[in-house]
Amino acid sequence: MRLIPKEIESLWTLFTAPTIWALHFLACYITAAIHCAKADAAASLGTTRLVLGIITVAALTGIALSAYLAWRQWGFGSGDPPHDEPTRRDRLLFQGFATLLLSGLSFVAVLFVAVPLVFIGACQP
Amino acid sequence: MTDTAELSSEERGAQEAELREVWRTPSGWRYWTSVNNSDIGLWYGSAAFLFMLFAGVLALLVRVQLAVPDNDFLSADTFNQAFTLHGTVMMFLFAVPIFEAVAIFLLPSMLGARELPFPRLSAFGFWSFALGGVFVCGSILFGAAPNTGWFMYPPLATDKEYSGIGADIWLLGLSFIEVASIAAAVELIVGIMKCRAPGMRINMMPLFAWYLLIVAGMILFAFPPLIAGDILFEMERMFGWPFFDAARGGDPLLWQHLFWIFGHPEVYIIFLPAIALMAMIAPTFAQRPIVGYSWIVLAAVGTGFLSFGLWVHHMFTTGLPQISLAFFSAASEAVAIPTGVQIFVFIATMLAGRVIFSVPMLFGAGGLAIFVIGGLTGVMVALVPVDWQAHDTYFIVAHLHYVLIGGMLFPVVAGIYYYYPLLNARKLSDRLGKIAFWLMFIGFNVAFFPMHLAGLRGMPRRVFTYPADIGWDWFNLISTIGAFIFAAGVTIVVVDVLRPKHRQPKEEQNPWNAGTLEWISEPEEKWGVRSIPIIRSRYPIWDQPGLVEDIKAGRYYLPDAKDGARETLVTSVLDAEPLQCLRVGGTSVLSILAAFSLGGVFIALTFHWWIVTAACAVITLVAIVAWLWTGTAVIPRDEMRDVGLGKTLPLYMSGPQSVGWWAMFITMAGDGTAYASLIFGYFFYWTIHNDFTGGHAGPGLLWPLAAAGLFTLAWLAMLLARRVNGGDRPALTRLLLLLSLLLTLAAGGAGLAGPYFAGMDPTVHVYPAIVWVVTLWTVVHGGVGIVMQLYCLTRSLAGRMDRHHDMDLRNVVLYWHFLVITAITSFGVLGLFPELR
Repeated sequence: MRLIPKEIESLWTLFTAPTIWALHFLACYITAAIHCAKADAAASLGTTRLVLGIITVAALTGIALSAYLAWRQWGFGSGDPPHDEPTRRDRLLFQGFATLLLSGLSFVAVLFVAVPLVFIGACQP
Repeated sequence: MTDTAELSSEERGAQEAELREVWRTPSGWRYWTSVNNSDIGLWYGSAAFLFMLFAGVLALLVRVQLAVPDNDFLSADTFNQAFTLHGTVMMFLFAVPIFEAVAIFLLPSMLGARELPFPRLSAFGFWSFALGGVFVCGSILFGAAPNTGWFMYPPLATDKEYSGIGADIWLLGLSFIEVASIAAAVELIVGIMKCRAPGMRINMMPLFAWYLLIVAGMILFAFPPLIAGDILFEMERMFGWPFFDAARGGDPLLWQHLFWIFGHPEVYIIFLPAIALMAMIAPTFAQRPIVGYSWIVLAAVGTGFLSFGLWVHHMFTTGLPQISLAFFSAASEAVAIPTGVQIFVFIATMLAGRVIFSVPMLFGAGGLAIFVIGGLTGVMVALVPVDWQAHDTYFIVAHLHYVLIGGMLFPVVAGIYYYYPLLNARKLSDRLGKIAFWLMFIGFNVAFFPMHLAGLRGMPRRVFTYPADIGWDWFNLISTIGAFIFAAGVTIVVVDVLRPKHRQPKEEQNPWNAGTLEWISEPEEKWGVRSIPIIRSRYPIWDQPGLVEDIKAGRYYLPDAKDGARETLVTSVLDAEPLQCLRVGGTSVLSILAAFSLGGVFIALTFHWWIVTAACAVITLVAIVAWLWTGTAVIPRDEMRDVGLGKTLPLYMSGPQSVGWWAMFITMAGDGTAYASLIFGYFFYWTIHNDFTGGHAGPGLLWPLAAAGLFTLAWLAMLLARRVNGGDRPALTRLLLLLSLLLTLAAGGAGLAGPYFAGMDPTVHVYPAIVWVVTLWTVVHGGVGIVMQLYCLTRSLAGRMDRHHDMDLRNVVLYWHFLVITAITSFGVLGLFPELR
């Protein structure tokens, strides 16, 4: 079994990191919403925060992996943009570079969404 | 050149005559049956623009009423109708459709295609939109327009005494238009992915296409929640199912969630295509390729995703837990990153080239300046404490107009000035354009900047008048004056577009010296491109010398129309290698008939004319079946087609290779999103109540599980039918289709039996109501599945479907994959969840 997946050629790999962001966002929102709806308003978020913290770390790891795969597809930075030659190679490099950029944005966006977990300890402080 | 073919002038003339005949737009009244993208795009754009002018007049009425304190120019009720319709029309009948119009008009030639893959679907979308739009707009002439704000919040909008028939007109009229948007999304996604010219790999795609691809994807996930919300809303208004009635276990907040899950992405659905126009215009006037192509792709995709995590920032004052508010606040701040990236890319492109400040550039740059101000106030109100202060004040009115007019209207006007030569080979006036720009730019700021201050002084939105002594009068008077200056600018644009230009000499074909392919299209010819070129650059007109001449001389693919059919090429998603010669639908009255009869369904529903509704529904079904029967999956006389340059391509493809399969997949992704929204509703009620059944009996275990099981068996029979058909055993295929049909009937019956035998009354409490809605949704989808099975059966009997030509069957099986997931989820949740909790 290999740890790092083989390179696949698909348009969909572009959307990996933002999809992880979306899943992480939904996990945070839904978990907290259910917790706060089912517990009373002043209840501490307690373990929910811990669970969401773990989910955040998992999401960041996933995005980092996606970034690594993108970096590999980008030839580890061997060529510079704009990648506008009519060749399969440039198309691959473009995909890799765009995916890498999106991984960066998604990483930052996950961190943004995780910040409230650090500072807000109850549903309605 | 080795990859072009040389023809004699007679051959060329013969080809051109063939093509002209095949792509001819009919004359007389039949002109309106045209489905050609250039006609549909033009009608779509003109209609959207007319609706915009109408909504603009409403805005001026609103501004006149507010110009001075204690004014009685409009009554309170007319005022409510005017601002509601202003917002509704601008958002649903102008901002979204205008981009669909531009895309339908421009995309084929920009991608080097003759047509989009489903021209009749475009026509259907246009007629749906036009009819729905006239219906919604016309209501104000009868004093029956919606009057509860463009977001229709219950309980105000569910109060029949207050809102009258207006709310129904809004819900049904706009649901109908949403159908048109989803149709456009399907068309655009398949067109961009599958119909690009050979060689146009995804790293060569024009940025406009990238943006449109993302936007069409967003429509697919943003509009369906609103459709689900509309269904719940109409069920409450028509039959008293209490989804939003707190007294019977419902919750008005669910509507706000569903509305804004649509409503916030909508802002970006509007903004991204407009900025896409800028991504085409800026390189032309900087006379260099865009700086940071990949960064634009990052921004488009990133914004597309993040925009779905913002909806609660419209609900910061509804009392949600602060941790929830904080998540949405964080995401709202994060979306500023990709938005900013685009602005910097444009600035960098302009800095790197030598900018020609023409009229399109003026509108583009002016619009961006306005948009940046709106973006900055957006960052402010994304902070929860600021929003608590600013919510529902004129500060928000100012913010949203800065965003929408700067981010959308100005770039669209830039687009009109830029692309007008594609319509009739002449430019609009430079002088009028500049006057219009300065009037609009100054008028806009005079009108909307004071609203920030009025808002900070506490002026609430939607008030029809105000007293003299509270410090709002001057701001309002200035705003009104600005609004009229702005309107004068818009009027000049209209005059410039409409004034006769036959005395003006024709320009050359590409008057701005642009580099992208849309400039190869000839205004006089309807065939889109004379021959489909091989693309080797992001800016082929700049970088491929002789390209335009070679295209016009028919030296590339598909220079003829031998079989008298409208044809374009289908290519692979990543590298755009030619795969198929696709025959697309031609002129037809069927798409108009389908749109008008479907419109009849929605309009008759508004007035509770049940028999007319049923009659229109039957006509719709007949029209759609006739459309499919005559226009899709046609078995070609020859299997292969010589497309020129020594290449021969198949004419028929089925399964994931075919455009029809993609269209089904995309439609069902949207359908699945609407369904997911209903399930979200089910669990939403569970979260807000201690006992969400309210003590009412559920559908039990037996019937739901039986229904899930039967649906699964029906699906297995469909899988088997596809397999057997592939083995060339038509009799057994038909038998299996029949078996699956019977199983589906039984499954639907079992599904309905659960709530029916439990005596669940959907009007007493929200629990039975949501159970019924989920059940009905699933059973109706089963019914559609039955229609599809009957269709396949008939196709097989009529000899229009065999082992090699199985597109119908494969697409129907794809539908069934989605159906079986829906059925198992529905009946699993309805049966098991009440037991588990």
